[in-house]
Amino acid sequence: MTKKGFLPALPALVLLFAFFLFPVVRMLGFSLEGGSLDWYAKALGEELYLRVFWNTFEIALLVTFFCLLLGYPLGFLMATTTPLWATVGFIFVLLPLWTSVLVRTYAWMVLLGRNGVFNRTLIDAGIISDPIPLLHNFTGVMIGMVHVLLPYMVLPVYGAVRRLDPAIVAAAEGLGASSWRIFWRIYLPLTLNGIFAGAVIVFVLSLGFFITPALLGGGRVIMIAVLIEQQVRETLNWPFAAALSAVLLAATFAVYALAQRFTRTEPAA
Amino acid sequence: MSRRLLVLACGLIYLFLMLPLLVVFPISLSSAPYMQFPPPGFSWQWYERYLDDPQWIDATWRSLYIGVSTAALALALGVPLAFSLVRAKFFGRVLVERLALAPVIVPTIILSVAVYGIFAKLKLIGAWYGLVLAHTVLALPFVVLVMVAGLRDFDRALEQAAEGLGASRWRTLTRITLPLLRPSLVSAGLLAFISSFDEVVVALFLAGANMTLPKKMFDNILMEIDPTIAAVSVIQILLVSLVLILIGRFGRGLSGSAR
Repeated sequence: MTKKGFLPALPALVLLFAFFLFPVVRMLGFSLEGGSLDWYAKALGEELYLRVFWNTFEIALLVTFFCLLLGYPLGFLMATTTPLWATVGFIFVLLPLWTSVLVRTYAWMVLLGRNGVFNRTLIDAGIISDPIPLLHNFTGVMIGMVHVLLPYMVLPVYGAVRRLDPAIVAAAEGLGASSWRIFWRIYLPLTLNGIFAGAVIVFVLSLGFFITPALLGGGRVIMIAVLIEQQVRETLNWPFAAALSAVLLAATFAVYALAQRFTRTEPAA
Repeated sequence: MSRRLLVLACGLIYLFLMLPLLVVFPISLSSAPYMQFPPPGFSWQWYERYLDDPQWIDATWRSLYIGVSTAALALALGVPLAFSLVRAKFFGRVLVERLALAPVIVPTIILSVAVYGIFAKLKLIGAWYGLVLAHTVLALPFVVLVMVAGLRDFDRALEQAAEGLGASRWRTLTRITLPLLRPSLVSAGLLAFISSFDEVVVALFLAGANMTLPKKMFDNILMEIDPTIAAVSVIQILLVSLVLILIGRFGRGLSGSAR
């Protein structure tokens, strides 16, 4: 089975080469058009485009922060509750995860719009008199992205808390530690791996986000993926789109490689 | 005390997660001619409009058969690949695994633009099988992850017993190995289907004039917020719920499959 064992992998590899590796490498090659680095100089030199990169990083960092803030309690609760409640919790996390991003984006437009559910409710209740701008801006993009990416944080945290030996917690309780102390001194340090794994996934996925900023940003929040799409579809500037893609890809891999150096070889469950 | 606080906070977070899914139900049943909340009355008009519009129905059928074809192709390629990764030792095994999982990490916009460049040359824009090929690249990681997990837990003594009793390699595979892996196969296939059925970014570039359901939704959301989308959304949410129920009933560990 040792030599022949490679054969079953071959058809999948052919597909991956033909429709993934080759097209991506070929396109990235466009960025070096004429053997110069001019397109990279434009992408990383001009203030307009630098700001897009900076925006993307800022949004990705904030999204990761909020996903952590909301995802840790959820994963923690699911891992420490009864099996029945854990199942219910899973359904509420997985149903949104597998629902089309478009459905969710549309729903947020309905909820956050000028005449949306939130603004209507607040105005009718007399709390505000003018609608708060929640859509087609930074806030809208943040809400939409955190919603899409939250499950990717919850699941690794859940796995990490589940792997923790309950005897340690029982011992601490037996010795009279308060629940806050148990959390800070036991749960948090021993689940850092899960937190880290979730944060890396969320951050990396945020960097390449397209649909949510394109629809909820209303043209005012330009992330790098949106810029790449514009360059290809509107200005047909392939070399520049390729250079932007190369930078995005390099950033993605760099974050990933860095993360792998800091975690043990144990795979992120 | 602090536990109660945690439960309360999590209740709010669950509300945040579920609210967008819940809000489309009342809107899809609204009698108002445009988006209005709360709905002034009840009507089926948006569902009727969806069912009566050949464009929507066309897009739905196209997404369905592209999704089914993607699931079939992803299983046909991904299952043997998972067998190789778990059971064989060959040079570059780790590299092959990384390559198969890479489509999750590489931003979809890059894949879309790159494949668009190739397909434009090959005149494959708008061809349904072109979308199937690109969607299979994206679905392959799900199949590989689920199948690798399934194969790692597999008790090989059962295969050895069958072979010891004189069963051929092929007979062992079809009568013992694959039936025992059925839960993993079900999960992998359904996840591959859903990943294609919901996919927008690749479809935006490759579908051309032949709309898939997500592409049609994207265009409609850009143009105007018409409650027909709410009706379509409800149908999609129900379909995903059905798939998740099927995975829960016949598939292998939901939590594992979502990694």
